[in-house]
Amino acid sequence: MKNTSKKGAWIGLLCIAALLAAVVVLENVLDPNKNIMVFTALKKGAVYALVAVSMNLLNGFTGLFSLGQAGFMLLGAYTYAILTIPTSQRDAVYYIYNGSAINFSLPELFGGGAVGLVLGVLLALILGGCVAAVVAWLIGLPVLRLKSDYLAIATLGFGEIIRAVFQWDKLGPVTNGANALKNFPTFTSFNIQNANGETVLRLSTFVAFLLAGVCIAVIVLLINSTYGRAFKAIRDDEVAAEAMGINLSRHKRLAFVISSFFAGFGGGMFAMFANQAQAKTFTTAMTYEILLIVVIGGIGSVSGSCIAAFLYVAASEWWLRFLDAETFIGGVKVPLLRNGFRMVVFSVVIMIVVLFFRRGIMGDKELPDLLKKRRKEGAVK
Amino acid sequence: MKKFFAMLLALAMVLSLAACGGSGGSSDGSGSSQPSGGGSSGGDKVVRIGVFEPATGDSGAGGKQEMLGMQYGNKETPTVEIGGETYTVELVYADNASDASKAPTAASQLVSQDVSLVLGTYGSSSAIAGGPIFGEAGLAAIGVTCTNPGVTAGNDYYFRICFLDPFQGTVLANFAQEKFSAKKAYLLGELGNDYDQGLLNYFEQAFDGTCVKDSFPTNTSDFSTYLNKAVAEGADVIFCPVSIAYSTQIVKLAASMNLEIPILGSDTLDSNMVLEAAKGSNVQIYVSTFYQEGGAPDFDNGIKAWLAEDSTAMTNNGGNDTIAAVTAMGYDAYYVALEALKAAGSTDKGAVKAALPSLTYTGVSGDIAFDEVGDAIRDTAYIKTADNAAGAWTLETVQTAK
Amino acid sequence: MQYAISILLSGVSLGGQYALIAIGYTMVYGILRLINFAHGDVFMVAGLMMVYLTASLPLAVSIPLVLILTVLLGFVIERAAYKPLREAPRMSVMISAIGVSYLLQNLATYITGGLPQMYPEIPGISATVSIAGVSTKWVTIVTPVLVLVLVAALTQLINHTKVGMAMRAVAKDFETAQLMGIKINAVISVTFIIGSFLAAVGSVLYFTNYQSIVPLSGSLPGLRAFVAAVFGGIGSIPGAVVGAFIIGLSESIIKGSNWSIFSDAFTFALLIIILVVKPTGLFGEKVTDKV
Repeated sequence: MKNTSKKGAWIGLLCIAALLAAVVVLENVLDPNKNIMVFTALKKGAVYALVAVSMNLLNGFTGLFSLGQAGFMLLGAYTYAILTIPTSQRDAVYYIYNGSAINFSLPELFGGGAVGLVLGVLLALILGGCVAAVVAWLIGLPVLRLKSDYLAIATLGFGEIIRAVFQWDKLGPVTNGANALKNFPTFTSFNIQNANGETVLRLSTFVAFLLAGVCIAVIVLLINSTYGRAFKAIRDDEVAAEAMGINLSRHKRLAFVISSFFAGFGGGMFAMFANQAQAKTFTTAMTYEILLIVVIGGIGSVSGSCIAAFLYVAASEWWLRFLDAETFIGGVKVPLLRNGFRMVVFSVVIMIVVLFFRRGIMGDKELPDLLKKRRKEGAVK
Repeated sequence: MKKFFAMLLALAMVLSLAACGGSGGSSDGSGSSQPSGGGSSGGDKVVRIGVFEPATGDSGAGGKQEMLGMQYGNKETPTVEIGGETYTVELVYADNASDASKAPTAASQLVSQDVSLVLGTYGSSSAIAGGPIFGEAGLAAIGVTCTNPGVTAGNDYYFRICFLDPFQGTVLANFAQEKFSAKKAYLLGELGNDYDQGLLNYFEQAFDGTCVKDSFPTNTSDFSTYLNKAVAEGADVIFCPVSIAYSTQIVKLAASMNLEIPILGSDTLDSNMVLEAAKGSNVQIYVSTFYQEGGAPDFDNGIKAWLAEDSTAMTNNGGNDTIAAVTAMGYDAYYVALEALKAAGSTDKGAVKAALPSLTYTGVSGDIAFDEVGDAIRDTAYIKTADNAAGAWTLETVQTAK
Repeated sequence: MQYAISILLSGVSLGGQYALIAIGYTMVYGILRLINFAHGDVFMVAGLMMVYLTASLPLAVSIPLVLILTVLLGFVIERAAYKPLREAPRMSVMISAIGVSYLLQNLATYITGGLPQMYPEIPGISATVSIAGVSTKWVTIVTPVLVLVLVAALTQLINHTKVGMAMRAVAKDFETAQLMGIKINAVISVTFIIGSFLAAVGSVLYFTNYQSIVPLSGSLPGLRAFVAAVFGGIGSIPGAVVGAFIIGLSESIIKGSNWSIFSDAFTFALLIIILVVKPTGLFGEKVTDKV
């Protein structure tokens, strides 16, 4: 048994490596302008996959219903942005406040250039995660004692409070108030250019995938460890878990802090994707979006969350976009099609999934489980 | 197991459906506003102009009015002469939903549809989020009414034809002092909205007196406390540069409580929906804006006739034919785009971008030229006041910055 | 002084409107243990229906019609989106509620085109009145009175009728009530009908006061009302009403102070403090978990 799982891990690792390689190849082979939708959707999908998995860790694996995801993403995004805006750009970005209160930029501290960029961005993302984790720990002290829906509404409330604090103009020199933070390194900063400014190697999507992939792998390892088993025990039955000697409050707090760390990390990546960080983006609506992804993918399935994230992003913002435009087929106007129709169709699709595929795409299974089962069945036949 | 296959099958179906839909959508060009245009103009050559505007979300109303200007321009001049050949202009739309998190995908959509340049957007934060995508693709974008300095700063590919927040805030502060000899101003904006907060800031800086500043959370509809506060504070003017949905609320409320303090607003308040809300009341509204109806009679009459025959356009304009300044700006932006295409002599986006900085054009909203950042060189703003009996705007003064 | 009165007035009328929405939340939660996220949007749709109906019908017809249609909407939502999920985990039902809310908002955006719609004037309650020098609309005064009357009627219904008894039984113990022969589905439908009816009444009062409706108009009052319901102890009707007035007043007072930007944050902070000190809200019953 042990052997097969190890073998499975290797196969999984290989698959991920192949996927990453495929992303690099595709991004460099395909025409970057004609296929930009593919890569934009993939990047956003990768960010959402990470955030959804981090939410799944809490909601699906530990059974804690938290709706604070957007708030933690905001913390990560702002921390990332504040730490990485180049010092020369600070006056332009903080133009209302006559410059920023923080006058260093991590990539520059590491000496600039490619090395500085990689280290600076990585450190800023991790620090973003840490800030989210620390805040989560503080919030967790009072609210983790609450049960299910009450916990949900309390964390949702915290998300709103965090947002209001970041929009407060007294904190402007740090947070830039209502204005967006921008001009920091984004995924496209990782495209390698030659001396003439032409892009020779496109790595933007690869970087998004790599960062999300590593984080998700860490979460998977955690889920498969003793901690993960303790989390699942808490989800299935708190009282029984406690009777088995699991320290409830400690494990709940741990799950909450870890989940928030990755939400913060994902928030930083979201800022990289969106080219800007602005508090008003991180609303409850965003939390609901992520929650929908988790549910569509299957509560308690990491691979489900990943698949659902890509499907969700691609469907809502790419494939269905034609529904928004008035279209004429053979001179006849297709009825109903006009602005806003895309979102109507999309919400109907979501309702269908929620009602008829109640357990989501994957249920609580993982992709390898399904493959394994199929193979076994084949063998029996 | 069966269920798994059922799922897979369903998934495959959805995917294939979506895939054909997606490709169908892009090949259909996502709907041009006049289907017959292609056939009658003779030329098979098509040049595409991307329209990057919100049609939904909280700036949806403004975005639609701005698009009206472009659509009317497109109806009026559906072809353009580029390098000796006649091209049919096709507008390609992408809805950015007034949301910075949706803007990058909308921008990507336009890039993938092979447009020559982009117009828009209403709402600066979407412009800031979409800007780098255009920049990366080497596609020039002309901002129509995004007034935040951050849109063009640090982005070589973003231009704009409107004035900026610092200018507008200053103009209104000066106006408040000159017209009402205001000593105390009450400032109200949406919390976390860069447009509102930016303008409040510049107003405060330019205003020579006390300012009481307040912010309300998104989706607020109860403004009575705020207005009462303004009264209690003894403010001489209220400055609320908020989006259309909130401004109609505020104006309606001010009308019903017989507010005597004049309300100053920015270009967002220049909407017939605000006029509608103020109609028949005693509220005094003053807005700074890009265009005053009557400034270009041909344009006014033409677009009114168009609105009268196109019911969808009429609905998008809020149900009547008062022309919003953003519509005039959208119209000008369309012609600037045509000029840029002519000057470039090709539909290549690189050539268009290169042609833009030196371009000049006299539109219905005044002279348009770009400075080195890509901002319009403009030093005049029209200040209009609402004539509540007639339900129309009248020109109060033309204000220049000092 | 005038200022204080105006703040008080706006707080009381807000509280009354929140109360009408909060009752819908609290009743549904009491019976189904479901946070009906779509409730705020039902409220918004009721407002929009009024706008479209009054365009062609007289007020005397459209007001009852709005009430009936909203009730119908609430009933249909329950049957279509919640009933099939009765055996499913609670989170699925909640997601379904979020999905319905999403659908209603997007539909409203599609139909209105995202443009703000103007709510019609209703003669009588739209008129202005002056109280101690503060001018306000009649609706501000009518609201709290109407709320009290409706709540009194509702309490009578719950305490003294057969349906009310059934509702209380179901709220106490879902399964046992079923075994006792109570028609669960009928009871749940009645709950949704009452909730939607109150939301429709609330929407008439609310939008008469704040006349423009956008597709997201329901979300903020909805959230606030939900907070009020939790604050008062979810499942308890008097709790919801008291909670709503407290939230309405405190919101109004904060807005009137120099800390207005934290009015939302304060509401939530208040909620969290209450939850931490008294985890089931002001009037909530203490529930012991069965092993």
